[in-house]
Amino acid sequence: MLRVDVTKQLGEFSLEAKFESQGRVTGLFGASGAGKTSLINMIAGLLRPDRGVIALDDETLDDTSAGVHVPPHRRRIGYVFQDARLFPHLNVRQNLDYGRQMNRVTADPAQFSRITDLLDIGSLLDRRPGRLSGGERQRVALGRALLSKPRLLLLDEPLGSLDEGRKEEILPYLVRLRDEGIPMVYVSHDAAELRQLATQIVMLKRGRVTALGGVKVLT
Amino acid sequence: MLDISPAEWTAILLSLRVAVIATLVATPFGIALAWLLARREFWGKPVVDALVHLPLVLPPVVTGYLLLLTFGRRGLVGAWLADNLGIVFAFRWTGAALACGVMSFPLLVRPIRLSIEAIDRRLEQASSTLGAAPWQVFATVTLPLALPGVLAGMVLGFAKAIGEFGATITFVSNIPGETQTISSAIYSLIQTPDGDAAAMRLVVVSTVISMGALIASEWFARRATRRLHGN
Repeated sequence: MLRVDVTKQLGEFSLEAKFESQGRVTGLFGASGAGKTSLINMIAGLLRPDRGVIALDDETLDDTSAGVHVPPHRRRIGYVFQDARLFPHLNVRQNLDYGRQMNRVTADPAQFSRITDLLDIGSLLDRRPGRLSGGERQRVALGRALLSKPRLLLLDEPLGSLDEGRKEEILPYLVRLRDEGIPMVYVSHDAAELRQLATQIVMLKRGRVTALGGVKVLT
Repeated sequence: MLDISPAEWTAILLSLRVAVIATLVATPFGIALAWLLARREFWGKPVVDALVHLPLVLPPVVTGYLLLLTFGRRGLVGAWLADNLGIVFAFRWTGAALACGVMSFPLLVRPIRLSIEAIDRRLEQASSTLGAAPWQVFATVTLPLALPGVLAGMVLGFAKAIGEFGATITFVSNIPGETQTISSAIYSLIQTPDGDAAAMRLVVVSTVISMGALIASEWFARRATRRLHGN
């Protein structure tokens, strides 16, 4: 379960969000500038709230009144960025292996090949990110986040930088991912995308939560 | 072709040793300072920034004299180091290396700082969400991506160190076999009757070393850049 109750002032923009989610895929819906990215950056620990609490399952990740702030690298929260952010100096295999090495976990070849099969990236392993298409890059970024064994996966408009054809290419993989059972927070400004993926919706407008509920609230 | 005398060889090898040691010892400090200046805001940062660049704008003889006052036998730091650690800089080749290291430090730091500033910080954020602690982020993302700048800084620093004259001669004098580098040997030879031919030979050698360093840095930088573009 994810519990968020935070406020954050960013220049002129103020963000005040409170919601709880039991859903497997929480869809964070809103126009650009609504504060979606700031909100999941706070869940990831990349941004500190001015006031409030963020808790995942039984663990408090942020609690400003108690002075608690768990740094991003200890949260075990995976993050798939809109622009993939693959490490340019590492090949695909090293990118995929990065999280495991940072956490000093022993290699799990079965899990590695299961994920690369799931995302159809097994043939790209020796390539550098510069030699991948946009869709391939996004699939590798998904694999990289998954292989760090997160307990929550954040996806910030993972289809946002792709054209229509590429979106159709990635969407089935995201559906497969959802059925893997890892809880996800999925950020999008595209209602159609969320209808296909999300099980619960948090609607954000100019820094405020305006609606909560099932995918029905998207109409 | 070049009939280099043993005395000249001594000066050449000493110069190389001084410049290599100065560069290798200064590089970790240079990386640390470049990172601090590029990535951290702290009280007194403008002062630290100015101090790093000071040897670039001070007359070298002033830097050399300040080194003598600080690291000389009776200098505050020099006396302490000599008494407690047995490290002596005054009139030793180690002092020449210290002078060269200080004089080349601004040239070493600047390219490293620029290359760290050019790194997309979002890659470092991605690294931390994958479980990398701050030092791991630095070792596996920041440093490898800054490598072209580190190499460029090292080569520039080396080139400056091997040509350093004013601070070195002020701090550790011009003792053949101990502190007489190529530059100070040329200076001595020019003031000696019939020293022109020997001076000319050393001029050729120092030109070749500097050119070689520049070509090497270009080659390293191009290789590293290709790596970084992810192809």
